[in-house]
Amino acid sequence: MPKIQVNTARCKGCELCIPACPKDVIGLSKTFSSTGYYPATMVKPEACNGCKLCAYVCPDVAITVYK
Amino acid sequence: MEKIVFEQTSGLTDVPMRYCPGCGHGIVHRLVAECFTELGMKEKTIGVAPVGCSVFADEYFNVDMIQGAHGRGPAIATGIKRNRPECLVFSYQGDGDLASIGMAETIHAAARSENITIIFINNAIYGMTGGQMAPTTLIGMKSSTSPYGRTIAANGYPIRVCELLAALDGPVFLERTSVDKPAAVVKTKKAIRRAFQYQIEKRGFTLVEILSQCPTDWAMQPLQSLERIRNEMIPYFPLGVYKEPADSKSSVMSDEPVVAEKKE
Repeated sequence: MPKIQVNTARCKGCELCIPACPKDVIGLSKTFSSTGYYPATMVKPEACNGCKLCAYVCPDVAITVYK
Repeated sequence: MEKIVFEQTSGLTDVPMRYCPGCGHGIVHRLVAECFTELGMKEKTIGVAPVGCSVFADEYFNVDMIQGAHGRGPAIATGIKRNRPECLVFSYQGDGDLASIGMAETIHAAARSENITIIFINNAIYGMTGGQMAPTTLIGMKSSTSPYGRTIAANGYPIRVCELLAALDGPVFLERTSVDKPAAVVKTKKAIRRAFQYQIEKRGFTLVEILSQCPTDWAMQPLQSLERIRNEMIPYFPLGVYKEPADSKSSVMSDEPVVAEKKE
């Protein structure tokens, strides 16, 4: 099943990946990361199709995509 | 069985980038690193870091880097390239660095058609020093040194670097792209890859100008800053290829990696 993994040590919660996702899979986590940001997380994991668009726009290279 | 279809390139180090949330520098760092890695030049790439927010670029790129004096990137890259012609040499510069204090070096390196690549990040503001007006700041745009907005009477017109350099005979490849959406990021990668490819083919001076967002100094949310690129910057700085070799249509520009990335 396609999925993304967000490296919470790098993610700064800038939200650029959220509109980039055509399936609205990504949202912000409700808990702080170790760096003090709300990192991106999968809110609709079942909709992910592994298209990598979120990873293209991520300025912190925090997203790894599995398919 | 899950397969990794996207992960961090080995051209970048594991150091977390210290840019502000939503800054375009990180995207361009990744693209540059992916390009030299895919071209099989990782062991033979030397970069020049500028003065500006990306002054610590040497910590992020997994290649040899030199940090240059303000605006002197093209001059330093010239020296490296002339001594190490087998290396892929790129200078990574912002608009305050390249278009203001470094304008002389940029124009003369272009006029000499030095075989180097310049990655020019245009975010229309001085980032590191606190959001002062840059030569590329748009008319009416507020900055810390133009708090009521840039005016033509007081500050003149913004400089369009690609158009300026296209008037010279020296440059081989000039393209302006942006990083405001996934498709634009893919285009930017193609442009950087073409520039590196032309440098490897020893054709001459190449420059890729990338319109990038600076949410902090524009005093905007990251997503709002993308709107400014689309609505304000792109109309003044039109995207496109400003100069390319005459035979560019025939040269092979595939997207496939020349060398598969080795896992360490």
